[in-house]
Amino acid sequence: MLSPDQSWQSRVPLLLAVPAAVALLFLVLPLVGLVMRAPWADAGAVLRSEGALQALQLSVITATVSTIIVVLIGVPLAWVLALPGLRGASVLRALITIPLVLPPVVGGVALFTVLGRSGLLGRPLYQLTGFAFPFTPYAVILAQVFVALPFLVLSVEGALRAADRRYKEAASTLGARPVTVFRRITLPLIGPGIAAGAVLAWARALGEFGATITFAGSFPGTTRTMPLEVYLALETDPGSALLLSVLLLGVSVAVLVLLRDRWVSRW
Amino acid sequence: MVAELFADLGVARDDFTLDLGLHIGAGEVVALLGPNGAGKSTALRALAGLLRLTSGQITIAGRVVADPLSGVHLAPYERSMGVVFQDYLLFPHLTVLDNVAFGPLVQGFERSEARRRAAGWLARVGITDLASAKPRSVSGGQAQRVALARALATEPRVLLLDEPLAALDAKTHLLVRAEVRRHLGDFAGATLLVTHDPIDAAVLADRLVVIEQGRVVQQGLPQEVARRPRTDYVARLVGLNLLAGRGQGHRVLLPTGGSVELAESAFGDLYVAFRPAAVSLFVHRPDGSPRNLWSGRIATIEPHGEGVRVEIGGAPDRRSSVFAEITPSAVAELELVPGSEVWAAVKASDIEVYSGD
Repeated sequence: MLSPDQSWQSRVPLLLAVPAAVALLFLVLPLVGLVMRAPWADAGAVLRSEGALQALQLSVITATVSTIIVVLIGVPLAWVLALPGLRGASVLRALITIPLVLPPVVGGVALFTVLGRSGLLGRPLYQLTGFAFPFTPYAVILAQVFVALPFLVLSVEGALRAADRRYKEAASTLGARPVTVFRRITLPLIGPGIAAGAVLAWARALGEFGATITFAGSFPGTTRTMPLEVYLALETDPGSALLLSVLLLGVSVAVLVLLRDRWVSRW
Repeated sequence: MVAELFADLGVARDDFTLDLGLHIGAGEVVALLGPNGAGKSTALRALAGLLRLTSGQITIAGRVVADPLSGVHLAPYERSMGVVFQDYLLFPHLTVLDNVAFGPLVQGFERSEARRRAAGWLARVGITDLASAKPRSVSGGQAQRVALARALATEPRVLLLDEPLAALDAKTHLLVRAEVRRHLGDFAGATLLVTHDPIDAAVLADRLVVIEQGRVVQQGLPQEVARRPRTDYVARLVGLNLLAGRGQGHRVLLPTGGSVELAESAFGDLYVAFRPAAVSLFVHRPDGSPRNLWSGRIATIEPHGEGVRVEIGGAPDRRSSVFAEITPSAVAELELVPGSEVWAAVKASDIEVYSGD
């Protein structure tokens, strides 16, 4: 078979190659440094310490719960956002994007104004039940949902827009009501998009720092997640901070690799 | 007879208006034929409920499913119309069996019963062995059968087929057409077949409706339409030369100045049609006297089936042209090339003349 010569296309001009290499090094070198400088001899002791295990457990549990919440409320929001001819869609999308660009600490303060003990919703809640979110694991989850939700919504909205809407029409002519179409056709078609969005959301939740420390504080065992533990350790014991960072890195990479095979090319 | 499908479709958009009446009886197959942009797809989408009517009414077996005047617009899932889409739109995440079982399942049958019914349909269209295959791994002809089985499995009152054979290669096309014909013969409801292929239409349909620019320009039995076209589009479709003019006894005067001699006498607004094969070509003015003899210049020469189709510009008059169909050896013998001067002759008895009303 004859194929046109495409070798000229894969030749990278120097003008692009140099900055591309710089960018790649900039991303990879810190990770290499992390792994190289970690005091591996102390690894056993640090990783078995109560603080580290508690923080890791709290992080994984809260990030997972957050991701479940994000999927449950984010997919419907994405569906609404992707409705053809929805008025105000661009305004809505801008609102959803705000947590992406907002400094997380500001997000934490904002959560306080609404859900703090004297917040808009927090005050009546506290007066009625005696319960307040701040400084509980629930606050950790709320902070994570706040920062992670946009990742999932935008990812799923993209998948919905890319999915051929004529499949929905075909299902409809076969007698399926809109809810059935969504459950049996749309959801499976955008499954990979949901999975990708959920992984991004989980990773974002796992790494959440600013909104968490502002809204939930840093109490060992209840609100001190891995990123907080790393930050605190850095002031007292830099070596253990490095080890904890490597652990967090390892968990993130492991989840990404495990899920990658599940969402790529399902049919 | 009460038509199974009675439709008066009015769809008005900025640059296009569809105004189409369709009446299809139970067991009848009607082909909707027309050039690209004539409104065929719009009509099909309006019938299926994927597009709102702006005026008119749709009734299926006596039940009004759309009537904008009284605010009725049933959703596609409430209409009992099966649709076979042009590119089939098989659900990529479901097996062939579950694609076909989808309709019965959402209609409320148990999964096992839905699958049993689907398996029955797969057997009827002859693809039982593909039951557990995913749509991306089946061929075009197989996908067409799955799509047909999926639409029929809902047991619709009306079946809509959108260019069902257009995506198939030539060999599969003939094979699948014969099968579709058999299944349409077994189908008890009304069938509307949207196509731009006159042969598919003639083979599959009992009746043709031809639309251009959103309006019906001709309808009737396939052989009627094929013999007596009424627009240039239909004439080209069925491969006839068509001229319109005014009958004055044994002669039809064309508005562009030429004339055509007839074997019988005719009056009023008329169409005259004749087969390209009835047109003989001569390099020199022939002896004898065929009733119609026109001189012209060859505009195009194109292979057509086993013969050659030659367009002669300037016949019967300066602003008209006619097609002749001759053998390749005749082209060589007469040394015909575009630009050659030729004489075109047509016997009066080979000319079909009919009223333009």
